[in-house]
Amino acid sequence: MPVSIANSQLIYDALKACGVTLISALPETWLVHLIRMAEEDPKVTLVRIAKEEEAVGISAGAHLAGVNSALLMQNHGFLAAINPIVSLAQLYKIPLVMLISYRGSMGERDPWQTQGGMVTEPLLRALGIPTWSLTDPRDVERRLKDAQTLAHAALAPVAVLLTRELMWEE
Amino acid sequence: MLRVDALQAIYPELQDRIVVTIMGAVAAELHTLGHQPTFFYLEHAMGLASSMGLGIALAMPQHKVIVLDGDGSLLMNLGALSTLARYRPGNLLHLVFDNESLLSVGGFPTATATGTDLAGVARACGIPSVEEANTPDRLKDVVAAALAGDTLTTIVAKVEAVGPTSFHMDLPLLENRFQFKRALEALRQRQE
Repeated sequence: MPVSIANSQLIYDALKACGVTLISALPETWLVHLIRMAEEDPKVTLVRIAKEEEAVGISAGAHLAGVNSALLMQNHGFLAAINPIVSLAQLYKIPLVMLISYRGSMGERDPWQTQGGMVTEPLLRALGIPTWSLTDPRDVERRLKDAQTLAHAALAPVAVLLTRELMWEE
Repeated sequence: MLRVDALQAIYPELQDRIVVTIMGAVAAELHTLGHQPTFFYLEHAMGLASSMGLGIALAMPQHKVIVLDGDGSLLMNLGALSTLARYRPGNLLHLVFDNESLLSVGGFPTATATGTDLAGVARACGIPSVEEANTPDRLKDVVAAALAGDTLTTIVAKVEAVGPTSFHMDLPLLENRFQFKRALEALRQRQE
């Protein structure tokens, strides 16, 4: 499976450098290494959820209890979580750091991923969610730190799109 | 059993603890009994009180966390029961008031009115301790026992589908949010 282990490690290390100690995740191909790294890390609590909506609640609870968290999800999981993103995170001014694997964009071969890919960025814009794309490994640490900093300053959800260029080795 | 009587019976167990409640009648009734800075009223995002409780329970393992849920809310997020059961935080008490109704939007019957058994669902999901309570005295006993122990517990309490005449609470939701976060921070610092 040509998911980049090296770049997954870069992302994981960047999350750790941000002081993230709780990670929620729903398995998806591009996220397998990140989820495994969280599972093997005794200093991180990994919560495997049944649906992405739960992750918004878990991260909201963690924030109110003083713990930095991150959400790992596919962009279709982001679509599934839009109501709680709006009516919990945005309504209650809860910071969320959402790492979203950006399926269905340029280079996608799976037809079933494409519709979600085409609406991901328009929806993020419609919701007013600040968004970084990660394409270059050299940007990973800085951009994740900056995303978390903005989330906490604005008390708002932010999105970090994990692109094919970063995650997938052809 | 009336939910307001049930809440009254367990209020002494709630008042010094972290409580996350769903919106609507439960929130209004708890608020009327006496607001505490450690009470959070989730005024929207139906179904996610249990997930918020899980997040708090995992983040503050030294403190008991009580979620006041409802049948309509829990049915919107049934997967959360499987996630709770997977991590089974012993400091979490999940109390479901089942009035078989979506009371705050006009009283339409939920699936528990036609046979869905939430205690059975919780058991089948693997929640390690599941109790049912249909009188205030019984509820008080099972809540006290769950809080004295260290086992994730779901309690399903059947209540009548009646609520207060008004759901208004004199507490803006952002005020509640920031007050709650400060109160939890104070609890954490007291612990350290």
